[in-house]
Amino acid sequence: MRYSLFNIIANGLTGQRFSSPAWRQVAPKPAYDVIIVGGGGHGLATAYYLAKQHGVRNVAVLEKGWIGSGNSGRNTTIIRSNYLLPGNEPFYEWSMKLWEGLEQDLNYNIMVSQRGIINLIHNDAQRDVYVRRGNAMIVNGAGARLLDREEVRSYLPFLDFDNARFPVKGGMMQPRAGTARHDAVVWGYARGASDLGVDIIQNCEVTGFLRDGDAITGVATTRGEIKAKKVALAVAGSTSRLAGKLDLKLPIESFVLQAFISEGLKPFMETVFTFGAGHFYCSQSDKGELVFGGDLDGYNSYAQRGNLPTVEDVCEGGLALVPQLSRVRLLRQWAGVCDMSMDGSPIIQVGPLPGLYLNCAWNYGGFKATPASGWCFAHTIAKDEPHPLSAAFRLDRFRTGHLIDEKGVGASPNLH
Amino acid sequence: MLIPCPYCGARDSHEFTYRGAAVGPRPDPARPDAADAFHDYVYLRDNPAGDNAEYWYHGAGCRSWLKVVRDTTTHEIKSVTGAGGEVKP
Ligand SMILES: Cc1cc2nc3c(=O)[nH]c(=O)nc-3n(C[C@H](O)[C@H](O)[C@H](O)COP(=O)(O)OP(=O)(O)OC[C@H]3O[C@@H](n4cnc5c(N)ncnc54)[C@H](O)[C@@H]3O)c2cc1C
Ligand SMILES: [Zn+2]
Repeated sequence: MRYSLFNIIANGLTGQRFSSPAWRQVAPKPAYDVIIVGGGGHGLATAYYLAKQHGVRNVAVLEKGWIGSGNSGRNTTIIRSNYLLPGNEPFYEWSMKLWEGLEQDLNYNIMVSQRGIINLIHNDAQRDVYVRRGNAMIVNGAGARLLDREEVRSYLPFLDFDNARFPVKGGMMQPRAGTARHDAVVWGYARGASDLGVDIIQNCEVTGFLRDGDAITGVATTRGEIKAKKVALAVAGSTSRLAGKLDLKLPIESFVLQAFISEGLKPFMETVFTFGAGHFYCSQSDKGELVFGGDLDGYNSYAQRGNLPTVEDVCEGGLALVPQLSRVRLLRQWAGVCDMSMDGSPIIQVGPLPGLYLNCAWNYGGFKATPASGWCFAHTIAKDEPHPLSAAFRLDRFRTGHLIDEKGVGASPNLH
Repeated sequence: MLIPCPYCGARDSHEFTYRGAAVGPRPDPARPDAADAFHDYVYLRDNPAGDNAEYWYHGAGCRSWLKVVRDTTTHEIKSVTGAGGEVKP
């Protein structure tokens, strides 16, 4: 059913008796051309573009819980294309362009809000780094603005500009960046894919693989065995667990990242801002809550809950720069398991076994990548070769030395 | 999280710095397959959902390097020794 103002009103007035579910509820078929494991944004976007761009429609997305129950439904919803390195920036900028047209494409309100993001600058060295990054963004068509202190004040008047340790000296802004409603992105892609014939199967955990020698020929699930010509993994923090069943060791470690929201407040924060030096970033949701976060909990973890020392650390960071937050109450806190890679950048790969395709290592920043990740992974699966925009995300870069290390911290996944 | 340091007793995790999975020993750079061995040593991880052997540095305590076996699904600590496996001074 195509959504329009007319049928929203008509279905509202008739008690939804004539509306249909957003996606079909189906039982798994015995075989598919492509099985995508993981019903997060990346898996569902991949299915959507496989069907739409490549005509591959005999596809199933298998999700162990409900779709969006992983990081896609747990993130702080920031979308941006403010990367520095050549392997990254064109990919993220393509993602930004897809975001800009996604609501029309999906006929679904995903609440894309291009309110801008400001990265705060506290000293000369940081300004140099941001000027360099801004130039890389401008070269790639992403756009960037260097703000002086007074311009930052016009957007974020509540900051402690004369903070003794981190005085605010300016900022780098990407005006086109912003936020999108994370659950709606999942639901919009699911609906789009389902309409094109993709089976979305929830409560179906992949527990193993069907093999013919080296080749992958299907999956074993909690709902029986399902055969497939191609099996594509998009399971984020669970990637190593599934790869382990194939005796594959990957350059990934799983870490927990927490997110927080405050009680609802009147609108006072127009843009997203990041206080990298203090490990804090924040935006205000349309409902009025402050949505914020900081660093990873520092050690490997699959416990999807997060720990108190990090809560304290994030809140301290926020209070240092926005003192008036001291009277705001924390409403909720939660966490997701992030697939942190050894250089902080993602992996999109044909193989490494015949019949297998990998989409992982999105670290703490894969929500913004959702559209381009699906776009490029669909191409990779359909054509058995990397898409030019994600060609640098190859798995063997760790062997050949072609790392994409934005932060330059080396093989320390907890520090990216 | 409390980490029972073999030298200092149970101490808050705040006092420690995490160094990551206790992989090793470092391969011999002269061995013929050194490139493969280093790729494995530096980048590839089992990343278990369960017991993980890892290095922690007790910077705000005795300043020892420790090897901790910890369950990554519950954060329960199973054992702590000196980094080389030594149990007590
Ligand atoms: C707290 C937090 C804040 C974040 N903030 C941002 C942000 O502001 N901006 C940004 O760009 N990114 C952010 N991220 C990162 C972003 O959320 C993720 O990179 C992105 O959502 C990953 O999407 P995905 O589809 O790959 O993974 P997921 O959404 O995690 O989907 C993977 C799915 O696979 C399923 N699965 C796992 N194992 C199996 C199995 N064996 N069988 C079947 N299904 C399985 C899981 O249940 C899950 O639903 C944040 C992450 C967290 C945790
Ligand atoms: Zn000690």
